[in-house]
Amino acid sequence: MHYENRQYPFKTPPELKGEAPGKYSVAIIGAGPIGLAMAIDLALHGIRSIILDDNNVVSVGSRAICWAKRTLEIFDRLGVGDRMMEKGVTWKVGRLFHGEKEVYNFDLLPDEAHKMPAFINLQQYYAEEYLVDRVNDFPDFIDLRWLSKVTGEDIRDDGVTLHVQTAEGDYQIEADYALACDGAKSGIRNRMGLRFEGHTFEEHFLITDIEMAEPPFESSSPERWFWFKPPFHSGQSALLHKQPDDIYRIDLQLGPDADPIEESKSEHVIPRLRQIVGDREFKIDWVSVYSFTCAMLERFVHGRVIFVGDSAHVVSPFGARGGNGGIQDVDNLGWKLAAVLKKEADPALLDSYDEERRHGAIENIMNSSRATSFMTPKSKMEAVFRDAVLNLARDQPFARHLVNSGRLSVPCSLEGYPLQTPRTTTRGLAPGTPCPDAPLEGGWLLNKLGGEFLLLTIGEKKAGKVLPGIRELHIKDNPDVVAHYGENMIYLIRPDQHIVAAFETSAAEPEALDAALARAMSKPVLETIR
Amino acid sequence: MNSRLTPEDRLQQHGDDFYELLMKTHEGLEFEQSAAVNARLVLILANEIGNLDILAAALARAAEE
Ligand SMILES: Cc1cc2nc3c(=O)[nH]c(=O)nc-3n(C[C@H](O)[C@H](O)[C@H](O)COP(=O)(O)OP(=O)(O)OC[C@H]3O[C@@H](n4cnc5c(N)ncnc54)[C@H](O)[C@@H]3O)c2cc1C
Repeated sequence: MHYENRQYPFKTPPELKGEAPGKYSVAIIGAGPIGLAMAIDLALHGIRSIILDDNNVVSVGSRAICWAKRTLEIFDRLGVGDRMMEKGVTWKVGRLFHGEKEVYNFDLLPDEAHKMPAFINLQQYYAEEYLVDRVNDFPDFIDLRWLSKVTGEDIRDDGVTLHVQTAEGDYQIEADYALACDGAKSGIRNRMGLRFEGHTFEEHFLITDIEMAEPPFESSSPERWFWFKPPFHSGQSALLHKQPDDIYRIDLQLGPDADPIEESKSEHVIPRLRQIVGDREFKIDWVSVYSFTCAMLERFVHGRVIFVGDSAHVVSPFGARGGNGGIQDVDNLGWKLAAVLKKEADPALLDSYDEERRHGAIENIMNSSRATSFMTPKSKMEAVFRDAVLNLARDQPFARHLVNSGRLSVPCSLEGYPLQTPRTTTRGLAPGTPCPDAPLEGGWLLNKLGGEFLLLTIGEKKAGKVLPGIRELHIKDNPDVVAHYGENMIYLIRPDQHIVAAFETSAAEPEALDAALARAMSKPVLETIR
Repeated sequence: MNSRLTPEDRLQQHGDDFYELLMKTHEGLEFEQSAAVNARLVLILANEIGNLDILAAALARAAEE
């Protein structure tokens, strides 16, 4: 079934009706997945925002389709996780081919201790549609303006003025902070003259979505097929996986000399697809040719302008780290910006977004560059090694782990960054670790952690170890939790569900908890007088 | 599969790091130079392993097309 893009209406804003609504806390440029998620996260923290988008539809063509566990957990916190799970496709069996031959296959067993699977496949337009619907749950907090293009800005020390262009006329708005969520070609980034350099891979990829009622797989459950040196075209690799609505994504890597426009003509596309799916009936839903770049900004925070998502960093899609990485930016920034705007923290807290998410982006770029290199050997010797790995992967487990068609997006550890209290014990989980989920009576741990600071006590509880104003959760006799978190531990958890401090209960002095909380808010830690 | 070879993945999370290092070592070399690097590498690793049974098993598996 082909997706019909909803057209979202333009509504005349107060500024064009002669009303002066005053200043906005946060102006978000771009209603892609990142801008939409950002507004929802801020609303959940009680912060009003306005989103400006130059378009009036969600993503045209499916683009991102793999949403990883951590993203689904964040989406769950934002209130769209269940809808995504309901619609998304979860595959279990992956098959790897080298030429005609199947090298090996693997079964991704679901982890029963986690609510969310390793990832799901769901078209980006659905993800965005669900986010738009969720935005509409917050009419008092989010003002989403379609067909409103940001064309310029005046940036000051205490705020930003955005110039907005619409069919009914131009206007300006004032905001304390502007969040650039305007994608890989970010206009504001260009106008600010910020360097956005990196590595562009020469190969082009032909990316096709086809609609096909009869699955190509032997069983009824969806699979993921990946070919090195596929027999059906001259490029180095190909990938097939399933999306909802009987849509299949097929990526064909074209050689560096391929003419992208020529290659995307159906007379070239269809015969190749035929070789993959046989004589099953299919229809082309979307075709596009991409070449990929890995690049990032040197800084994500520029005073009152903050870059989030593709505007800050782009990666090749192998490992699905673009959208997934951007959603982690949102998770990291939301509570910090809210705390600064509510004057609970100093703007210095935002520097930790810059550091922590640049670290995430570097890791994402490293992983996706490695996958791209494996898939596109640059020399004869690289090709020899790649083929040797594929040969050994037939029976050698270590070689299977070297095969790299993308390392799935997993959240990075924030250990060692300033907000985290350095390790006080080798037991349990280290500060900086994203909290692993676990089943609780009638629910899941991550749902219980929520989106505020929280003091998590596991095992024995001792009187007096509390933080005024901080919610507490006490878990006893739960082997799934203990398996990850250890017994008799106290954790301070950040609103983005990362551990920020960890103590053995017997050693957790109230002063140490106070200091950990202050540190997590980037406040100067006062020496306690003993 | 030859039973003398280690069944488990001993590189673990370092697999990708090692592969990148290996590619870097060969970067910019002519094919012949690369082949020489590989030969030296095999000899060094053979000494590191130091067990003829394992080396014989590794050689046999490596010879399979
Ligand atoms: C083929 C392909 C496959 C991919 N697969 C995956 C995957 O499987 N998993 C994954 O996680 N990621 C994947 N990605 C990456 C993912 O699509 C992006 O990372 C994601 O869309 C980034 O979201 P964003 O909101 O930052 O930017 P965008 O989605 O680009 O959204 C930016 C928004 O800003 C608006 N805008 C731009 N300029 C202005 C302006 N001047 N004024 C107002 N509005 C403006 C645009 O209209 C748009 O709505 C893939 C990408 C491609 C191309």
